[in-house]
Amino acid sequence: MGREVAESCVDGIVMEMVSAYSDRFYATKPELAARRIEAIGYQVGLQLSERYTMERPRFTDNLEAIKFICKEFWSELFKKQIDNLKTNHKGTFVLQDNQFRWLTRISIDQSLESPDSAQVGPPSLAADSQAAQSTSMHLYFPCGIIRGALTNLGIPCAVSADVSNLPACSFVIRIKA
Amino acid sequence: MAPVAPRSGEAVFASVERVNAELFTLTYGAIVRQLLTDLEEVEEVNKQLDQMGYNIGIRLIDEFLAKSNVSRCVDFKETAEVIAKVGLKMFLGVTASVTNWDADGSSCSLILEDNPLVDFVELPDTCQGLYYCNILNGVIRGALEMVSMKTEVNWVRDMLRGDDTYELRVKLLKQVPEEYPYKDDE
Repeated sequence: MGREVAESCVDGIVMEMVSAYSDRFYATKPELAARRIEAIGYQVGLQLSERYTMERPRFTDNLEAIKFICKEFWSELFKKQIDNLKTNHKGTFVLQDNQFRWLTRISIDQSLESPDSAQVGPPSLAADSQAAQSTSMHLYFPCGIIRGALTNLGIPCAVSADVSNLPACSFVIRIKA
Repeated sequence: MAPVAPRSGEAVFASVERVNAELFTLTYGAIVRQLLTDLEEVEEVNKQLDQMGYNIGIRLIDEFLAKSNVSRCVDFKETAEVIAKVGLKMFLGVTASVTNWDADGSSCSLILEDNPLVDFVELPDTCQGLYYCNILNGVIRGALEMVSMKTEVNWVRDMLRGDDTYELRVKLLKQVPEEYPYKDDE
């Protein structure tokens, strides 16, 4: 077992980073805040997947790489695997975590559960309610991590998150052809 | 009489939820990197890291008090020891030694023997003037402020800047009296 730190260090730093970007640096420009938070996640994902795949052979196809994200990669980060993996076999994958750790630590406004504001992530930045926006801000970070990890494995993609059935969280990966 | 504070945070650290440090270290690194890009001025990055730390510190103190079983410290000397041996251990898994006390016991140095924030870190020449670990100052300052101590916390030595160790200077500026309608010993 390598070095460990208290989980609250990670929680604290991620929460504070999100609030610094979305409430202080770019309070009036949520799109910019989102992009920066995603970029930080991307960097982390890139480096983590580099480290976690150091000793293994190259993945032969996309599905194998995605399975690695669902199992080993997710376990390293959250001590559990992704609970459900779906694909349309055309380059879209949906990874569902029934109890996404980073969402269990933040309080979520009830208004979020209305279906029209449930879809978050880069494609639907126009999320209207403030609450939805602040939750989505927290999800740009893990979205960025996944995109960074897959990019490092040679799979360029777009990643968004869907929290329509809380406390589950789904990450939608669209692989760029 | 206040019970003696636990001498080490070993047991507390063993009992809290832990994660692999790589995630923490790389996340912190990515944040510093992004701040350097967005804020441009190194001075401003130092300031923001300190501010972020402060905001984290004022929240972390609750968890610290709830889980560490540390009771009221009799003086600032004990406070410093508790930070070095229990606080840092409980969160970062490392300890520090407390040295260089000034004559009136209001400022001291924390020497970090080990520092998980800087694993894998090397600073390029373009980052001259950056206090990479500045978040830690803020955390300590914020946490102490919540227990009525106004402090000033600065890096004196920093291995990323070529020094031989990590030395954090903690200076007690003012002990704000608590405004309870009772005294501790009544």
